[in-house]
Amino acid sequence: MSQEKLLEVRNLKTSFFTHLGEVQSVRDVSFDLYKGEVLGVVGESGSGKSVTCSSVMHLLSEPGKIKEGTVLFKGDDLVKKSEKEMRRIQGNEISMIFQDPMSALNPVYTIGNQMMEVIRTHKKINHKEAEKLAIEMLRLVGIPSPEERIHNYPHEFSGGMRQRAMIAMALSCDPELLIADEPTTALDVTIQAQILDLMKDIRERLNTSIIFITHDLGVIAQLCTRVIVMYGGMIMEEGTVEELFHSPQNPYTMGLLNSVPNPDSVTKERLEPIPGSPPDLLHPPKGCPFCKRCPYAMNKCLEELPAVYTLSPTQKSRCHMLHPEAPAHPAFQKGGKN
Amino acid sequence: MTVKKQDNLIEVMNLKKYFTKKSGLWGQNESHVKAVDDVSFSIKRGETLGLVGESGCGKSTTGRTLMKLYEPTAGQILFDGVDIAPFKEKEMMPYRKRMQMVFQDPYASLNSRMTIADIIGEAIDTHHIAKGTEKNEIIHGLLERVGLMKDHASRYPHEFSGGQRQRIGIARALAVQPEFVICDEPISALDVSIQAQVVNMLEDLQEEMGLTYLFIAHDLSMVKHISNRIGVMYLGKMVEIGESDELYANPAHPYTKALLSAIPIPDPIKAKTQSRILLEGDVPSPLNPPSGCRFRTRCGYCMKVCAEIEPPVTDLGNGHQVACHLYNQ
Repeated sequence: MSQEKLLEVRNLKTSFFTHLGEVQSVRDVSFDLYKGEVLGVVGESGSGKSVTCSSVMHLLSEPGKIKEGTVLFKGDDLVKKSEKEMRRIQGNEISMIFQDPMSALNPVYTIGNQMMEVIRTHKKINHKEAEKLAIEMLRLVGIPSPEERIHNYPHEFSGGMRQRAMIAMALSCDPELLIADEPTTALDVTIQAQILDLMKDIRERLNTSIIFITHDLGVIAQLCTRVIVMYGGMIMEEGTVEELFHSPQNPYTMGLLNSVPNPDSVTKERLEPIPGSPPDLLHPPKGCPFCKRCPYAMNKCLEELPAVYTLSPTQKSRCHMLHPEAPAHPAFQKGGKN
Repeated sequence: MTVKKQDNLIEVMNLKKYFTKKSGLWGQNESHVKAVDDVSFSIKRGETLGLVGESGCGKSTTGRTLMKLYEPTAGQILFDGVDIAPFKEKEMMPYRKRMQMVFQDPYASLNSRMTIADIIGEAIDTHHIAKGTEKNEIIHGLLERVGLMKDHASRYPHEFSGGQRQRIGIARALAVQPEFVICDEPISALDVSIQAQVVNMLEDLQEEMGLTYLFIAHDLSMVKHISNRIGVMYLGKMVEIGESDELYANPAHPYTKALLSAIPIPDPIKAKTQSRILLEGDVPSPLNPPSGCRFRTRCGYCMKVCAEIEPPVTDLGNGHQVACHLYNQ
C-alpha cells in the first residue's frame, strides 16, 4: 500500500432539505483514502455512511445537497464539478456497486447490452471490441461460459451472479476507486464468501482502491485494511482493522463489537446490546451524538461535541474520555489533541 | 381437551410441502417445487431449535407449514401429541392460540392503518380472551414487557423505528400467551446494535413464559447463540441436526462444514488464518433437484453412490443426525 492519497474528503457536510426541515445526514466528515487500500465504512442505518459516498459520487437525490466541504480526487475538487464533468468520472475513474443487484440492473436489457453501454460511453471503441471486453470482464469475475451469458437478461442470473455482473460492469473501465455500498448484505453467507474472495482477488490483481460500506463487522475483518466507524453523521473512530478490533478507543466501537456473539465461545454469554436508538438528525444533539446510549457519558458529553484525538499515526477517536483531564478509565488511553 | 403433557411439544414426521407449477397452454403440464421434502424433527418443551440454510432451502416454508399457513402435502405435525396436519381451520382455532409467529420484515408485517393497540388487541378479540379495560391492561402490560411505553398504544406503526416495530411484532405474538413461537428471521432486517437488544429480549421472554422457539435465520453466529439445537436444511431436506455446540465444533455434513466456514469472523487476525471451504456455484433449482443426494453437485466428497441413492439418516450419537453417504458404512 502506498502512502499516496487518492481521495481526500475534508469537512463534508450534506443535508436533506425535507418538508419537515433540514436533516443533517453528514456533519463534518473528513478522511483520506490511499492508493490500493480497502477502506471499510461501518455504522448503522442512518449513520450517514451511504450519504457520504453518494456525495463523493454526485449521486445525491433530491432534496439532498452538499452544504460545505471539499472532495479532492487526485487533487481535483469533485464538489465543484458540473454534472457533465462528473459523468466522465462516474463509471470511469470512480465506479460503484450497489446493495441490491436486481434493482441496479435494468430488467429489459441483456447483461451484455448494459455492460457495453458503460464501456462505449467512456472508451472510443466499436461494438465488437466492446463485446469482447465485456466477455473478458465477465470471465474475470468468474461467470461460466460468458460468451453465452452475455446474451442473458438479469432475471436469468442468480443473486450471486448478478452481483458478479455488477462488479464486472463497475470494473470494465479500470476505475481507480471502487465504492461498494453493502454489496453482500442481500446475499447468503456462502455466496458472500465467494464475492469477498473475488473482491480481494481484484484488489490484488488490479490494485484498485476500494471503499467498502457495510454494517457487518465480520466482513470488515475479512477484507479491509483500515476502517472508519460512523455514527450520527460523524466519524467516531478511525484506524487499522487490528487497532479497531483489538483496542477500540470509542464507546460506540466497543458497543458494536460487544453486541455480536463470539463464534468461538462455548458457554452462552449474554449479549451486551447498545441500549436505545440512534439520534434523530432532523434535530441533531448539541453534544456527542452517542451520549444518550453511552455507558461512559458525562455532563460534558451532553453540552459539547468532543474533539478528535490522535492516538497513533493511524488511529483517531472522537470522545471526551480521551481528554487529558477526563477521569482515568482502563478502557481508554490518553492521547494528544488533534 | 385434556391431554397429558408431552415431553416433545412439536414432533414433525415426514413433512412434505410441494407447490404445484402449471405450464403449457392450458396448464396441462404440472411440475412440483418440492420446497419441503420429507423432513422430520422434534422440539422439546422450553427449547430453541434453530433452522439454518441458504435462501430457497425451505426453512421458512417449514415454519409456515408448521403453523398451517400452508396446507402440508403429506406428513404429520404433532403438537403436544395431537396431529394437527389434517385439521381444518375451525379445528385449528384452539391451537392457533397456542402457537404464534414473529415475521422477518417489521415494516411489512404491521398494518399501517391500525394503531398499536388494535394490532396487539386483534388476537385477543379473536380468541375472546379479554374485553374493555381488562384488554387494555393486557396490551399495556405487553408493551411494557417488550420495552415500549403504555402511551405508545394509540400510535401508528410509522412512528416507530425498525427495532421498535419488531418489539411490537413480538408483543402481538405474545398477546394470546402462546406456548410455541416461530421466529422467522426476526433480526435480519435490524441493525447490529438493535439485533442484540431483540435477541436478549427473546431469551428473557423464553425464561419468564416458558416459551418454545423455532428460530429461523441465516445469520449463523446469532443462531448458535440463541439455539439449543440446530437443524441445517438444503433444498428441502434436513441434512444435519444436533446440539448447537456439538454441531459447530464437529460438523459432520460437508454442507454444514462449508456453511460454517463461510461465516465471516469479526476478528482480523483470526480472519487471516481462517480456512474456508468455498462452495462453487449456486443452489440448484428445486423444480428439478439433483438425483440421489441433493448436495452432490456442490460437494467436494461426491462419490458414485451419491448420484444414485438418497443418503439415509445416520445417528452419530447424542441426537446428532446426519444424512450423508460418508457416514453410512
